[in-house]
Amino acid sequence: MNELFELFTYSFFRNALLASLFTSIIAGIVGSYIVAKRSVFISGGITHASFGGMGIAYYMGWPPFFGAAIFALLSALGIEWSSTKAGIREDSSIAILWSLGMAIGILFVFITPGYTPNLMGFLFGDVLTVQVLDLIWLFSIATLSIVLVLIFYPVILSVAFDSQFAKVSGLPVQAIKYVIAVFVAISIVLSIKVMGIILVLSLFTIPASAANLFVKDLKKVMFGSVIISVLGSISGLLMAYFFDLPSGATIIFTLTAIYLILRIIKWIK
Amino acid sequence: MKPLIRLKNISAAYDDTTVLKNVDLTVNANDFIGIIGPNGGGKTTLLKLILDLHTPLSGQIEKSQDLRIGYLPQVNTIDKQFPITIKDVILSGRSSTKWWHKATKAQLKRVDELLEFIGFETRHNLPIGELSGGQMQRVFLCRALISEPNLLILDEPNTYVDKTFEANLYHLLEDLNKQMAILLVSHDVGTISSMVKTIACVNGGLHYHNSNKITNEVLKSYNCPIELVSHGKVPHRVLKDHDHE
Repeated sequence: MNELFELFTYSFFRNALLASLFTSIIAGIVGSYIVAKRSVFISGGITHASFGGMGIAYYMGWPPFFGAAIFALLSALGIEWSSTKAGIREDSSIAILWSLGMAIGILFVFITPGYTPNLMGFLFGDVLTVQVLDLIWLFSIATLSIVLVLIFYPVILSVAFDSQFAKVSGLPVQAIKYVIAVFVAISIVLSIKVMGIILVLSLFTIPASAANLFVKDLKKVMFGSVIISVLGSISGLLMAYFFDLPSGATIIFTLTAIYLILRIIKWIK
Repeated sequence: MKPLIRLKNISAAYDDTTVLKNVDLTVNANDFIGIIGPNGGGKTTLLKLILDLHTPLSGQIEKSQDLRIGYLPQVNTIDKQFPITIKDVILSGRSSTKWWHKATKAQLKRVDELLEFIGFETRHNLPIGELSGGQMQRVFLCRALISEPNLLILDEPNTYVDKTFEANLYHLLEDLNKQMAILLVSHDVGTISSMVKTIACVNGGLHYHNSNKITNEVLKSYNCPIELVSHGKVPHRVLKDHDHE
């Protein structure tokens, strides 16, 4: 037990804990929207496409997350645009952007001279190296997502549930969809720091799916999935520290365990 | 009195395929117009034009200043697994001038009235996933009504409705028609003819019939290859192809 308290005296651990907390809030809220709207695959596309931006940023010597953010935004808007305006089938355009982004990333990492130290961190996440600047970003977006949901919940719900009807009742649906796409992209990129490109998708899906087992009301799903996400990430983080394992993987394991337990409880009831 | 909505010489197309050609349609207060026509004849496109979901190729759409549309889409376009309660579905029908507005007391009271109206008194928080197709249709009818429309647009309202509610639905629509105009799209001509005041057949063009009596002769003269399903006192059955010009 002492060892646990001692942990909090380390700033790197406090940072990691805060980062997990903020990421869980973001992933819980945004993930509930994604799951409800059945756009998990879109989020996967955005996540993987962002690797392209990361690779280019690496090569140019820019901050890698800046590159990732640009690519994530472009792909989020690109998917939204190509399916509504250009008439390309949505799943096809997602698949193209998904693999194109990865290809660009691999190419630029390959031609970058020397060793690429943080590559594993980008792919699988490394919450123990979180900087104060990352925390500020995560805190801002977590706060913003809470505020946006509190203010615009009826609008978000209408557009997500039946966008055609929302359009008929006079909402600027296309503009709202673009804004949400941008917000989803930013949320995903920031969460990559903690979870890594490959694992981040689960953080956005498992808690929402678990909450959705018991509640069928989007705002309750959001609330429940934030709680599940916080519990899962913090216990995953402790597990990673004590057993010296990669945190992204342990977080996914604890979240999956929570999901299975809830599933069994639901099944027994 | 000014009409609620007037379509003048409207043509519409998707890509290169013309779906509607030179259509005129006027909806006045307290009209009850049934729109029939074959699949692919342009019924849905006509609705989309009225609802501003599709831009016409040519022609004009004039709308009255105080036009308030209540819209009941086809239920099969809705994701039944979506986590949303009955109450929130109905509230999402409020016309949205302010995006962030919370439901007012009056609106919540109206939700109560509407739920009572469809026999769902205490079930505000029931998720829509637990409703049958017919029940869901009733909930969506409430969503269309909460904005107190003066034009109610119904797209195939009898698709999922069970037979017991179907009769109710027609009484309901008769009642509603005293307060608002109704535009009803249906492929089930037999049903439609017993309710509506005017029939319009959409098949590329649009043809009016100023009565609700449909006969084979009427349909033939409109080039309307519709199957008249036997229903009530209209046991007709027409299965003829129409001649293209």
